[in-house]
Amino acid sequence: MRYNERELLSLARQPAEKAAEIRMSVPKKGSVLKKRLVKLVVNFLFYFRTDEAEPIGALLLEHCKITKEEENVFSISFIEEPERKYCFECATEEQCQEWVEALRRASYEFLRRSLIFYRNEIQKMTGKDPLEQYGISEEARFQLGAHRL
Amino acid sequence: MKLNERSVAHYATCDSPADHTGFLRKRVERHHHHGTSYQRRWFVLKGNLLFYFEERESREPMGLVVLEGCTVELCEAAEEFAFAIRFDDAGARAYVLVADGQAAMEAWVKALSRASFDYMRLVVRELEKQLEEACKSLAACRNSPRRSSSSGRKRHLSNPALQPLQEKPTTLENGYSTWSSGGCVAGGATCPDHDVGQTKPPPLPPRRRSAASSATGSPAPGLSPAMLESPVPPETICFSKLHNWYGQEIAVLRREWQERQKRGHP
Repeated sequence: MRYNERELLSLARQPAEKAAEIRMSVPKKGSVLKKRLVKLVVNFLFYFRTDEAEPIGALLLEHCKITKEEENVFSISFIEEPERKYCFECATEEQCQEWVEALRRASYEFLRRSLIFYRNEIQKMTGKDPLEQYGISEEARFQLGAHRL
Repeated sequence: MKLNERSVAHYATCDSPADHTGFLRKRVERHHHHGTSYQRRWFVLKGNLLFYFEERESREPMGLVVLEGCTVELCEAAEEFAFAIRFDDAGARAYVLVADGQAAMEAWVKALSRASFDYMRLVVRELEKQLEEACKSLAACRNSPRRSSSSGRKRHLSNPALQPLQEKPTTLENGYSTWSSGGCVAGGATCPDHDVGQTKPPPLPPRRRSAASSATGSPAPGLSPAMLESPVPPETICFSKLHNWYGQEIAVLRREWQERQKRGHP
């Protein structure tokens, strides 16, 4: 599948919501935990070798499951392959919890659900549709009940 | 750079609803030949990702355009109904796409220019603020029975949907009254009375306690002592906090269910 790698690399250089050096392993046989610079930008998680400017890889964070594993550890797996886990070992339990929370909120799908929720609440409270001012109130993606996953 | 391509392709083709779909002709970039040609592809927009397929029925996408940091503009191409996706990065290639007609072109330009994650996040943050303000105004209205303009929003008082809240506390299915003179109840537990029947309100969390007792921190009368205290204050309107909280409850219930399953049906 082709993709605009150049733009993705450019995205990896943007200011991150969250970045840290975390030990990480990929779901490959014999894979061990290695120290990586892990960077969350929009709905992508980039990971770099700590001394390199270009990421080794990127994970699109849609339809993924963030699981708190044992102490200091969390994993990312994807809906269609739940056994294949990317594991992350943090320095502290606190850091681990912060990353779990941040990653669970990092998907576009989550933002969409938030938007629908807030829109509905505001509408109930004020009788007014807050999306009208943006001219996007009619878009199918923002309708209540549009996205039942 | 590696990408979790299998998962990305799965996301493209799974049945989560797309934000926009349709046929577009995509300009083919040729380096060695002169002249331009276009290929008709099936395009699917999901979030900030624009996928294109060789055919509508293709099982896997041919390609993906990540739509962060791009601009979408009408194109001065020789083709009618053409528009381009351009990136800030100088030297980056532009994607020139041609729609079937004026309406299709406008719909695509509109959809694509609002597709970025950044845009969504902006809108969500704005709505979050608005909800907070609406909550505060509501509280202010209830605290001052006169038609004062302290909130500056007279429509709250005249909005018939909101009147019942001031007159009587609403008793909800689980028997707990959530309305009182102070405070605003979090979204998710708001009054179902003026829900005009379009949607059912989300199920009420059993631990919701009345705002009046929130100061003391003790459960409202009627709350079973076995009920846990809500870790989230009643004023919470932040979706992600509510989301996490519901999630914890679900995780606990799921664990209990699984244990019951292991022990055999009770």
